[in-house]
Amino acid sequence: MNIFFHFGRYILFMKNTIARPEKLSMYWKETTRQMINIGIGSLVIIGLVSVFIGAVTAVQFAYQLGSSSIPKYYIGYIVRDIMIIELAPTFTCLALAGKVGSNIAAELGGMRQKEQIDALEVMGVDTTAYLIMPKIFAAVVVIPMLVVLASFMGMAGGYVACTIGNLVSDAEFMQGLRAFFDPYNIWIMQVKAVVFAFLLTSVSCYQGFFVVGGSIELGKASTSAVVISNILILLADYILALLLT
Amino acid sequence: MIRIENIQKKFDDQVVLNGITTEFEKGKTNLIIGKSGAGKTVLLKILVGLIHPTGGKVWYGDTDFTKLNTKQRKAIRTDMGMLFQGSALFDSMTVEENVRFPLDMFTKLTLVEKKKKVNETLARVELTGSNNKYPSEVSGGMQKRVGIARAIILDPKFLFCDEPNSGLDPTTSMKIDELIRNITIENQMTTVINTHDMNSVMEIGENINLLHLGELAWVGNCNEVMTSDNKMLQDFIFASPFLQRLRDAAISQS
Repeated sequence: MNIFFHFGRYILFMKNTIARPEKLSMYWKETTRQMINIGIGSLVIIGLVSVFIGAVTAVQFAYQLGSSSIPKYYIGYIVRDIMIIELAPTFTCLALAGKVGSNIAAELGGMRQKEQIDALEVMGVDTTAYLIMPKIFAAVVVIPMLVVLASFMGMAGGYVACTIGNLVSDAEFMQGLRAFFDPYNIWIMQVKAVVFAFLLTSVSCYQGFFVVGGSIELGKASTSAVVISNILILLADYILALLLT
Repeated sequence: MIRIENIQKKFDDQVVLNGITTEFEKGKTNLIIGKSGAGKTVLLKILVGLIHPTGGKVWYGDTDFTKLNTKQRKAIRTDMGMLFQGSALFDSMTVEENVRFPLDMFTKLTLVEKKKKVNETLARVELTGSNNKYPSEVSGGMQKRVGIARAIILDPKFLFCDEPNSGLDPTTSMKIDELIRNITIENQMTTVINTHDMNSVMEIGENINLLHLGELAWVGNCNEVMTSDNKMLQDFIFASPFLQRLRDAAISQS
């Protein structure tokens, strides 16, 4: 019954976020603040994670190839496609669920506990719309950009790992990056990025907005935001893989 | 004026408010007093629509607030200002931005006009020059005054204060009480204050409503407190032995 209660409340919560802004400029200001928080604030962590994932993917694939007859340039090809289709959107959003998701849940939960949400409500502000819509909109715009960056950084990481470790020559890796390119994969990456961005922000907002109690409950909400977001991202990843490939 | 009729509130099987009927008058400081757990905060939150009552009506003039939809409530809420117990200031905003927030959200004033209005309001609460400080950089009493400034910046008709003196020293408490009373008279607002501060009761209690176990136990003003023989009122007001001795001395002198 608990899961149905939360699912129903989540749906109503999402419905209430779609409302006519009291003042568009205030919503835009909040949206840009969130874009900076999510985008600029996550550049370093996403860049680092992606470089190492790309590097590890290249090294592992080189090991798998061993002395087989598969051409070496396939390393570049595999790193590119696996980053674009799977690792960039999924790992980026799993990392962001930890960083951004917990941050959103803690921010909203703190506002609830300090009666700041009540204060907005009494002023006549549509709190669900004002506090949630800008976060979701900012995430859905910025996270796909971060995912594009992550895929490039992953390829760069693979390139560096291959050249440093003498796994494959520069020319062969670059040949692999250019081989068999299908633009549809970019579409898959962007669909995943948008869906994952929506899931991680909306779930985190839901967890934070309805916090009841003290600091222990706030900590639980923050943890739940990360755990539930991660599970839903992985579930959505599987469903999107079935639907889009 | 705000009038409430037969307000009831239950949380599961627990009755928190049971048939409260009273009036909060315009241009006066109306107090809701009572022991912890008496239902004061719940009643205040019902008045501003943060909690929906199980039964009863809340009248703002001729409008029953409990029957309004979200959009209609918004219209009345632009006439409300509220000071929260913990001030509820936005941590990431400066004092000026906090006070300016309702102007930014609900008016079309230019930035110069808004700054002028903010400065006038900050001067009104004796906070001139604190514009660029953050809430964490000012004292509890100053935070309350910022909260009051934010609550009155749109010249509301109704002002609600939840425990405005909690956590403040007696001198600062008196200043806050005086400020609220002066603003109420100047702006002819209907002010409702939820408190258990005895000094507030005796100094600014123009219309006092005593809640006891979720029921309205007594209504009167600060002049009637000393002479009332209502046992619940006497038990509440003169709870401390010091105040009991003071009362006995006053009675024996008179």
